[in-house]
Amino acid sequence: MFYRVVVMIRRNEPPITPELVAEHGLKPDEYERIVKLIGRVPSFTELGIFSAMWNEHCSYKSSKVHLRTLPTQAPWVIQGPGENAGVINIGDGLAVVFKMESHNHPSYIEPYQGAATGVGGILRDVFTMGARPIACLDALSFGAPDHPRTRHLVFGVVAGIGGYGNSFGVPTVGGQLRFHSRYDGNCLVNAMAVGLAEADRIFYAKATGVGMPIVYLGSKTGRDGIHGASMASAEFDDDSDAKRPTVQVGDPFSEKLLLEACLEIMAKDCVIAIQDMGAAGLTCSAVEMGAKGDLGVELDLDTVPCRETGMSAYEMMLSESQERMLMVLRPEKEAEAEAIFRKWGLDFAVIGRTTPTRRFVVRHGGDVMVDLPIKELGDEAPVYQRPFVETPKRPAIAAASVRAPMPVPDALEKLIGSPDLCAKRWVWEQYDHVILGNTVQRPGGDAAVVRVLDGPKALALTADVTPRYCEADPFEGGKQAVAEAWRNITVVGGKPLAITDNLNFGNPERPEIMGQLVGCIRGIGEACRVLEFPVVSGNVSLYNETNGRAILPTPTVGAVGLLDDFTRSATLAFKAADEAILLIGETTGWLGQSLYLRDLCARDDGAPPPVALETEKRNGDFVRILIHENIATAAHDISDGGLLVALAEMAMASGVGAQLAPAPGKIPAHAFWFGEDQGRYLVTVHSGAVDAILARAAIAGVPVRRIGTTSGETLAIADERPVLVEALSERFEAWLPGYMAGTLSDP
Amino acid sequence: MKSAVIVFPGINRERDMARALKLISGRDPVMTWHADTALPHGTDLVVIPGGFSYGDYLRCGAIAARAPIMDAVRSFVARGGLVLGVCNGFQILCEAGLLPGVLMRNARLKFIASDVYLRVERSDTPFTRGYNAGQVIKVPVAHGEGNYTADAQTLARLEGEGRVLYRYVAPNGSLDPAWNVNGAVNAIAGIVSERGNVLGMMPHPENHVEAAMGCTDGRGLFAGLVEALDRAA
Repeated sequence: MFYRVVVMIRRNEPPITPELVAEHGLKPDEYERIVKLIGRVPSFTELGIFSAMWNEHCSYKSSKVHLRTLPTQAPWVIQGPGENAGVINIGDGLAVVFKMESHNHPSYIEPYQGAATGVGGILRDVFTMGARPIACLDALSFGAPDHPRTRHLVFGVVAGIGGYGNSFGVPTVGGQLRFHSRYDGNCLVNAMAVGLAEADRIFYAKATGVGMPIVYLGSKTGRDGIHGASMASAEFDDDSDAKRPTVQVGDPFSEKLLLEACLEIMAKDCVIAIQDMGAAGLTCSAVEMGAKGDLGVELDLDTVPCRETGMSAYEMMLSESQERMLMVLRPEKEAEAEAIFRKWGLDFAVIGRTTPTRRFVVRHGGDVMVDLPIKELGDEAPVYQRPFVETPKRPAIAAASVRAPMPVPDALEKLIGSPDLCAKRWVWEQYDHVILGNTVQRPGGDAAVVRVLDGPKALALTADVTPRYCEADPFEGGKQAVAEAWRNITVVGGKPLAITDNLNFGNPERPEIMGQLVGCIRGIGEACRVLEFPVVSGNVSLYNETNGRAILPTPTVGAVGLLDDFTRSATLAFKAADEAILLIGETTGWLGQSLYLRDLCARDDGAPPPVALETEKRNGDFVRILIHENIATAAHDISDGGLLVALAEMAMASGVGAQLAPAPGKIPAHAFWFGEDQGRYLVTVHSGAVDAILARAAIAGVPVRRIGTTSGETLAIADERPVLVEALSERFEAWLPGYMAGTLSDP
Repeated sequence: MKSAVIVFPGINRERDMARALKLISGRDPVMTWHADTALPHGTDLVVIPGGFSYGDYLRCGAIAARAPIMDAVRSFVARGGLVLGVCNGFQILCEAGLLPGVLMRNARLKFIASDVYLRVERSDTPFTRGYNAGQVIKVPVAHGEGNYTADAQTLARLEGEGRVLYRYVAPNGSLDPAWNVNGAVNAIAGIVSERGNVLGMMPHPENHVEAAMGCTDGRGLFAGLVEALDRAA
């Protein structure tokens, strides 16, 4: 055909050279694959398109074979991985749509806009499917507090998340914040959005019908974010700041308008298919709509609304300008849809048609700039079985071999004011967490609880992972991330339903990093299978390293659980004096990989605590029943910092203290109070209820022991110096604001 | 009570406000589009809710203050109609000249979302009759620019005429700079117009109207309005 010839000699496009191929992040053998696939040398624009579709971020080429092993099914799963977000059924004709995604590289280069557009992108993924966003969570990892860039990044990222979510109008209800030197050159920003939709009105990317109008909606296209997805697929070096122009700029106002306009045209039944323009913008969204529908797509770039003049086809196809959508509309509803978009002041343009050819054709200025097989663009991306070495197992540390560096009360005071355990109020007070009027449990607890419509149903939401466990033993660490998220939901009274996983790792071309990825995915899969907690969406972020130094393996798990009646839930605060404190689960005094060992003994060796999944399930189910029967007056899971830190958190949340029995003789006191054995909870109950609970626990095979009684204003362990709860709270609240204000003498 | 909630592009607490109005008055408000030129027939309360009208990319509320519907709101005010502006709504009312003063960036230069304590300064207005004078209520704030200020003469008038209805205080009701979250002059959280029919306030009483959400201290404001309007009707 005529235009096949034109393809190779287009105006103003540079010739394809090996250097140009390398600049596009494509390996020589990947380029050969392209030439073989299309039977000729690609044009410059086509090369850009392949680079966008075949990079790690969009193609999952290193992780795909392993991700396939994850369990994704359950009777309540409506849509698993592969769409914009996962969808689960929560009954009453309602569905929850959710996903977590990283925006790590942009956030390190330009923290405010990087984080803001991360939030914007994940919100769009959720409302693209027809859901109104009802909550956001954010898991953040930063470098060591004394690293010169850390404070600047925390400031910018937190302000960016708030700046976008607050303006868009979604409550940010939870998340994580950690500091570790391994994130010095590469912070992590993992944003999760949760939306609510009608279960029979979910919208997908798959186009149907030939000759249907393809409509461009939202903001105009500019030169921002070109090659953002490629940046997310490469390591950083000292010159990374030069990549600042590849970071997009967020406009939450436009996104809010886009949300309202999209939901309005969806309600009016105008939409056949919809896809947001995220990574690799127009390219990725158009190809996905066509490929999923077994159709071709033809675009005319002369009709694309542009923010600036003179943009080339290459720039338009790779722009990652934010707040844009692509849709296939029912032709008879086009005018109605256009009127709705105009009402909201948004751009609306028909920029192409679906065709029967299964080819992706792009015209610009009268020339055919792109003519590629649409299915192969996505499906034929290389898939790698990358070589990996398993992380060597580390020996378990015997508690008795660790000398206590200080008395137990001193250790508690130190830990509670440490960067990882201190209050994160400074962060979440910059996020509007009560807007929409459904936040039953606010940030600061184990999981946020958000009412569904007018109730009584509610969602329990959490994001969790313990990277130091993953580093020491990826398989156990992967299991633990899932188990911890499951526990967080359980302990507020929720039934855990499904997860989204956000896998952050270093360079997968290094076998030891690949070993971490493979191990963590295996662990996640194992835990999800046993806990019936399927993975319904996710995101992989690789190449998180700077100058060859990788981050800690950080597979963040975002999870959703359901409460049938939010009045039957629990919070962690002690409720009154003279209540019995029960410890549920086995305590061995496991100090390996504990915060106690790391922060107070300066040791990061040893195996992390193992997760016994069957036990996990038994213990958690027992706790959930105590909550549902309104027997538990308070409940908290035991995680970072161990038993005494968990008790302190319950005390500080209420101001009520506790009298505690001494550590049992067979375990060293510091290991008993600060060990991080898994599958454990604390609950308080009326003293009179204890015997009946112990009897039920014995039948259920759940270890339960009474360790103390709530009372007074101090945490008082027998034979140890009592610690004033108020003084603990002061330390707990002081570190982060002090650090951010630069007033700490020793960060 | 027949209320109208004005919706500007970028407003995002209109649903919270509509829910509170329905809960307490028993009637759904009419959501009124910014481009309309008239208020719904029979409106007796206009509410401008919170959010980020037009992204707040210019001065907060500056663009919304010039929207077509605001002419209708001005005439409504001139006829003595009751207007409640919360958060961005307060900013819009100031920009529209319906209330004096301005709302500057928070003194600590950060967005702040937390519960605050307000002292109700008098109970003989439609906006406070649901409370006792001196009562302390707990309501959330969520704003980056709520730091109220005005020139000395305006302030003297506001104070002298008893037009400061709500003030940021410590939980025990005393004035305390540590509890004045945004650094507002005289700890001002909410003021009324000269005629007393327009209230602007930064905190969100509409988010504290249900026990399920942990606090019902915001109910009094709406319950008082219902009572005032029913009495007038």
